[in-house]
Amino acid sequence: MCAPVALKKHIKEKMDINQYKIEKEPFYKQLSNEVELYQAAYNAKLPMMVKGPTGCGKSRFVEYMAWKLGKPIISVSCNEDITASDLVGRYLLDSNGTRWVDGPLTMAARYGAICYLDEIVEARQDTMVVIHSLTDHRRELSLDKKGELIKAHPDFQLVISYNPGYQSLMKDLKQSTKQRFCGLDFDYANAEDEASIVKTEGKIDIEVANKLVKIGHTARALKGHGLDEGISTRLMVYAAQLINQGIAPIDACKMALVRPITDDADIRETLDNAIELIFG
Amino acid sequence: MTPELLEKYQQRFKCKFPQAIEAFAENLGKAMDIMPEQQVYQYLDGANFLCSIGQGVEPVLVFLEEMPIIIVTLGVDSIKSITKYGYQLARSPNKAALIPFLKSLRLISEHIKNTENLKLYFTVIDEFIDKTQTVIHGHNSLYESSGLVPLLENMSKLLAKLDLTGVSNFVDYGARNYHDAPDQQIEYFSLASHDAKSIINRERKGTTFKQIEHKLIMAKDCLWECDLPITHFSTDLDQIRIPQPYLDDEVIAVPDVYEDENSVSGLNRYRTMLSHLMSHNKWSSNLMADNYAPQMQLMVSVFEDSRVDVLAMRLYPGLRKYYLALHPYPQKGACDGIKVSTLRYRAARLSRALIDPEFDPEDDLMQEMRKEFNGLLSSGKPSSTQEMSKLGTKYFIRSRQDSDSLPTMFFDNTEVSYRDDNRCFWYHYEEYDEADEIVPNEYQNDEKIVDSADSLPPRFYDEWDYISQSYRPDWTTVYERLHPSGEANKIDQLMSKHGELAKRLKTMIEILKPQNKKRIRFQEEGEELDLDIALRSLIDFKSGQIPDLRINYSTTTDSRNIAVMLLVDSSESLNNINPETGQSLLELSQEALAITAWTIDKLGDKFAIAGFSSDTRSEVRYQHIKGYSENYGNEVKARIAKMQAGYSTRMGAAMRHAAHYLQSQTAEKKLMLVLTDGEPADIDAKDPKTLIKDTKKTVEELQAKGIYSYCITLDKNADSYVEDIFGSHFTVIDHVDRLPEQLPKVFLELTQ
Ligand SMILES: Nc1ncnc2c1ncn2[C@@H]1O[C@H](COP(=O)(O)OP(=O)(O)O)[C@@H](O)[C@H]1O
Ligand SMILES: [Mg+2]
Repeated sequence: MCAPVALKKHIKEKMDINQYKIEKEPFYKQLSNEVELYQAAYNAKLPMMVKGPTGCGKSRFVEYMAWKLGKPIISVSCNEDITASDLVGRYLLDSNGTRWVDGPLTMAARYGAICYLDEIVEARQDTMVVIHSLTDHRRELSLDKKGELIKAHPDFQLVISYNPGYQSLMKDLKQSTKQRFCGLDFDYANAEDEASIVKTEGKIDIEVANKLVKIGHTARALKGHGLDEGISTRLMVYAAQLINQGIAPIDACKMALVRPITDDADIRETLDNAIELIFG
Repeated sequence: MTPELLEKYQQRFKCKFPQAIEAFAENLGKAMDIMPEQQVYQYLDGANFLCSIGQGVEPVLVFLEEMPIIIVTLGVDSIKSITKYGYQLARSPNKAALIPFLKSLRLISEHIKNTENLKLYFTVIDEFIDKTQTVIHGHNSLYESSGLVPLLENMSKLLAKLDLTGVSNFVDYGARNYHDAPDQQIEYFSLASHDAKSIINRERKGTTFKQIEHKLIMAKDCLWECDLPITHFSTDLDQIRIPQPYLDDEVIAVPDVYEDENSVSGLNRYRTMLSHLMSHNKWSSNLMADNYAPQMQLMVSVFEDSRVDVLAMRLYPGLRKYYLALHPYPQKGACDGIKVSTLRYRAARLSRALIDPEFDPEDDLMQEMRKEFNGLLSSGKPSSTQEMSKLGTKYFIRSRQDSDSLPTMFFDNTEVSYRDDNRCFWYHYEEYDEADEIVPNEYQNDEKIVDSADSLPPRFYDEWDYISQSYRPDWTTVYERLHPSGEANKIDQLMSKHGELAKRLKTMIEILKPQNKKRIRFQEEGEELDLDIALRSLIDFKSGQIPDLRINYSTTTDSRNIAVMLLVDSSESLNNINPETGQSLLELSQEALAITAWTIDKLGDKFAIAGFSSDTRSEVRYQHIKGYSENYGNEVKARIAKMQAGYSTRMGAAMRHAAHYLQSQTAEKKLMLVLTDGEPADIDAKDPKTLIKDTKKTVEELQAKGIYSYCITLDKNADSYVEDIFGSHFTVIDHVDRLPEQLPKVFLELTQ
């Protein structure tokens, strides 16, 4: 079953991939040589996997790279319920009958964008088999239901992000999927860089930013005590933004740094205490 | 004293025993110092009253001697209550307690402080007497409470550790449990029995280490990133000298209890003390003690302690308020330095001056030293232990006084309670064998200790006593150690022997694995177009009806979110041989365990394995075979391969300990599978029901924590007790040789 030529044209005309371009330079603090490495991988059109804990800047990095390369980027946040059709596309009903709509992956492959699948382990692994043909030498995507085979646009690149921290056996990536990507390891920036990120993103003094980072470090030391993940850079930025709103630092920290990461009363109390000691 | 007044008093004092008259003369002066005339009359009336109750002269003597001091704390109104209560005792079967009662009052009054509490205190004793006076059948008379005298004799010790509610609970426990056992009652109330110690520990006032252990460990990890373990020592008030916290290369040692001090809660005192110790760990380097005279060491310590405190406050400004609240504030002129040595007094004032910029030492030398100290630490510099040793030596030499060598030292308000003994930075050329200063905590189960390098510090668990319907606190001691390893390939061989079974299990696993999809139809947005519905909708639409928009379907998977604990009995009885196969139960258990572990691993559920056995309540062994974060690999297999059987089955304690780990797993369902070959039993549990009831209680506790317990037993006669313990959650394996097949099956059925 093939979509009528007219319809295809119709979509093509309306589809402007440039809307997915990033206009303004996103703030990204380079931490090592990751920019160069990514650039090389992009030039070779290799699929990329960015690994690292939640909120350490993976998405920001990919966004920044898209801007730097001047390429559109289509992001998908993965979750348990995401299906292959959500990525590839599906028929919808409209007044003229059924109509095919490209999913984000198809769109990126067809028109040449970076497709960023964020937190890929959240999706069920069998779903991810659809990306396989795009990630090897074939660089093609077959839309079985539509009977169309798409050759990926030369600008197309697939990027996934992956948090190895809370990998449970159920959620780990299939080996066959993993083996298709180049990997870049991310971690929270060192204290100094992290403070400067928090300062710029949260628009606060460096002294306060330093304290937020210090609190973050205390929590990271509690991993394994029942904390799955420490306090992320993202949460520190949130705390900074609250402080910017005139909230007392101690309250802002409890609200933005502690409450989101734990329900355990002992851990909460320990971190609250650390906040009080640090802010004095 | 005028002769007229003396005359008046003499007339008022009616007691004619010659010893009493003598005592009257001796104590009158003391009484008059404290009391105005009217009150002295009341005092004498009290003595007269005790003289008249027919208990001889002794009560009068004790009263005359002790009462003036008691009045200072409790007020004059206490005279009436005390004499009245004494009279009540004298008329009762507990006459013998009258003198101990009177004698104990002085020390007690220091703890109870007012007449309100005195009344409460009397109620506690009344209740005790009520519960323990024995009525002998056929006779109408009552017999004395055998524990009363020892209780009164030890009351001040109890009150030093417990508040009145605590004492009341302590008394109540003893009264209930030793009602019919006078000897044990006496032992308990003499504070000599294990139970007495455990209950005191449970009821202690203040914050106990046990209560805050977890928080303290977390504070250590997250604020100081230190891996040393924390242990605790007894601060029993009977000790001559209360030991200070300390730190060495192996351990952080802290007191077992802290009461609030100067509005700093016990927990915050622990944290503050920990900060000080950790600051040494972070910033202090070593000094050779032999190079310094002891008094010099004291002053060097002051500088070093203050330096690390200042650095800690720099790092964590919130510490300031705690340090300042807990550090003594010795007033100028508190100590004259004529009859006593002021060394410690000077040290404390100097220390205050170094950490508290607001403090004015009113002493030029101290001011100068402070300036020098601040200079060394200015603009973020950490300075060093070496520099402090120079400052300390200098201050010592320049501040030296003749009185420093006097034998009596001024001690008041000079102790910095959050600081340690500084053994962490003072080193000696020779380590002489000085006796260990740290007294082991007498309020702990301190019986034999399993010696093993791999064992963790013991943990204590309560045990349920079904007779008294209460917990025996800290009754069992669980030692956890790593299970020794054997040959991993033994397990692989066992597995290959069960190839057929493995194949069958595999199909079951495939079915259970969260890959199987379920179709959910009638979705407005979904994964796939549901053609039947879509066509119907299209027809509806074309024919002008409102179409059903739910024309998609999606699929979901049933997810498994389970954490499992496999707890395996490895008691002696497992060595029994199955006559039919010649295999021991142990070997069968190993096989079953290997296959089950393989199954659970294949399913991807979180699981841990441990073996347990016991040799009385003071030695419950918990053998770690697999932790939740470990993979099921060769290491684990090697441990299973080495499983050995011995000793008894104290199931409750082992389950509580296993639950401790299972509880902290994040999973929707938590399952504890207990594999055993017999009933809970131990050599020191003479009543066979005790441990059965305790295990039953454990199952209830676990239930409350969201843990589902299930028992698989190889004991064909288990029906008589296993149902009592586990309700319907059990399987009896009748053909033991089928265990390897049954165990994984039971697991799969439980979790599908
Ligand atoms: N290197 C960095 N440069 C700029 N901002 C960063 C950097 N790392 C982290 N951030 C901040 O942290 C936030 C979270 O990062 P994000 O990329 O969303 O995390 P992730 O994708 O790893 O979960 C960002 O919004 C940004 O504010
Ligand atoms: Mg010290």
